[in-house]
Amino acid sequence: MQTAIERAVEAKPKRKENINWVRMKKMKMLYFMMAIPMVMLFIFHYIPMYGVLIAFKNFSPGLGIWDSPWNNFEHFKRLFSDFLFIRALQNTIVISLLKLLIVFPAPIIFAILLNEIKSEKFKKVSQSISYLPHFMSWVILSAMVIEVFSPQRGIINYIITFFGGDAINFMSDKASFIPILILTDMWKELGWGAIIYLATITSIDPQLYEAAEIDGAGRFRKMIHVTLPSIMPMVIIMFILRLGAVLNAGFDQILNLYNPLVYEVADIIDTYVYRSGLEQFQFDYATAVGLFKNVVGIALILTANAIIRRKSEHGIW
Amino acid sequence: MAVKKRKISLFDILNVTGFTLFSLIVLYPFWQTVVLSFSDAEAASSLGVNLWPDRWIPDAYAFVFSYQNIMIAYLNTIIRTVVGTVLIVSFTVLAAYPLSKKDLPYRNFFTIFFLIAMFFSGGMIPDYLLIKNLGLIDSRFALILPSAVNVFFIIIMRNYFMTIDKGLEESAIVDGANYFQILIKIIIPISKPVIATVALWAAVYHWNEWFHALIYIQDDALDVLQTVVRDMLVAMDLTQAGSQMGGGGMSNADLMLSNVRAATVIISIGPIVLIYPFVQKYFVKGIMIGSLKG
Repeated sequence: MQTAIERAVEAKPKRKENINWVRMKKMKMLYFMMAIPMVMLFIFHYIPMYGVLIAFKNFSPGLGIWDSPWNNFEHFKRLFSDFLFIRALQNTIVISLLKLLIVFPAPIIFAILLNEIKSEKFKKVSQSISYLPHFMSWVILSAMVIEVFSPQRGIINYIITFFGGDAINFMSDKASFIPILILTDMWKELGWGAIIYLATITSIDPQLYEAAEIDGAGRFRKMIHVTLPSIMPMVIIMFILRLGAVLNAGFDQILNLYNPLVYEVADIIDTYVYRSGLEQFQFDYATAVGLFKNVVGIALILTANAIIRRKSEHGIW
Repeated sequence: MAVKKRKISLFDILNVTGFTLFSLIVLYPFWQTVVLSFSDAEAASSLGVNLWPDRWIPDAYAFVFSYQNIMIAYLNTIIRTVVGTVLIVSFTVLAAYPLSKKDLPYRNFFTIFFLIAMFFSGGMIPDYLLIKNLGLIDSRFALILPSAVNVFFIIIMRNYFMTIDKGLEESAIVDGANYFQILIKIIIPISKPVIATVALWAAVYHWNEWFHALIYIQDDALDVLQTVVRDMLVAMDLTQAGSQMGGGGMSNADLMLSNVRAATVIISIGPIVLIYPFVQKYFVKGIMIGSLKG
């Protein structure tokens, strides 16, 4: 049985279509505007998605993507018996979690402490300096990092030898490589990461601090009981986002800092894809490795976004 | 109520000291690079030149500025930055304006078309194969076209456009202006801050981008600064590995390299450091606009 309302609902799309058509004609120039970016996006983003098919094939460049024979998931079966892949997966997770544990809280502490500085000028200068490295590429930064840790010229080895120790070749030392990754990641991104927290802090209602003062709270109690809880929602959002990106352990950083001597601890999925694909030309297998990472990565990001959406009623997009 | 003047506590002193130390640590690698670039090759090989060179010697710069490959790479970096930035900004505006129109039929479909590209990508190898199949290996287009549409920038700009007062456009439509004229004459002039932000981000991206240059460009004549620096690092790696195996000291080539490499690094970051104090507020503004929800 159809009620009047249901009929009206059914009829509506048709009417809407007519209106749409009129409006589309009126706004056709807008579609023309979008057309060029859309074509570009189609060529450079969507066509490579089709290229992912070679992960399921024995790809030979002569035959092309379509005509290369399917191989019954051979590459994916190989994945989990490939020692190098398992090592890369482990390294990715270890490096990423260590960064999450150590690098993630740093900007929060930085922001809370910087907020306690009284001189606006000092605050501004400190902040500007703190995010300078963010605007440099890892190629440039690693050129500097290698010098700082250099056994011949670096200041750290200078201090070690000054106190009678032996110079250490840090960049090719398995034990020190991951600490270097963490330290240099902090150097590059700490100040930049603090911006969002500092902005949140400036939006805290001053009355909250006044009320805390009346209650007899000192500086530290105010930091812990007013500032920290006020930025907590932002901290949670950033944390979940970071968790969603846990398979990105820092490709640019590692590719520019690592060398064969530290592959054992430094080789991550992305660098493994790069070497097996573009240095050893196993296009199909490297694509399968990359696809595995992307699929898991997207699942993580979408989950993260769904959690944020539920928690805060507004997602990231 | 009068502002209560708190006296300076121990915590304040520690805090200021802490931030001063932090700033010095952040800046130290930059400073060491400057010092190294002004040292002669021999002094640059020894320990302890870190804070001040014995003499300021511009030899490394003289070499860098007379070395054709580096100068070509500099020019190439400038070219890709200028052309690439213009392209990114144009495409961002062209896509963001239609997407900002709430009454555009099928707007959601188009928005999703752009958004999908933000989440999904073919990955390193399919990207490479596409560029290869298009015959763009060793072409400047390979450095400019794949990044020409940036969905993140489009969303930022779309959000900004959506906050613009509709009345301005409506009166222009009544006067018979078409959408393109409105975009040029009304929207772009009042959106200068967000356009400046996107332009700066795009310029920094192109100036710093090295991976596409690494995998798509083999021809020295098309090389960019970033890959030149990278090649120097890889070369140093090899000479160091070599000297380690031989057990002997460093080779002359390495001595030569360390101050020359430092000078190359300095001239590569020079433009960014020079404009940095004047434009950094736009970067910060951009991150704030970007974090507003659309």
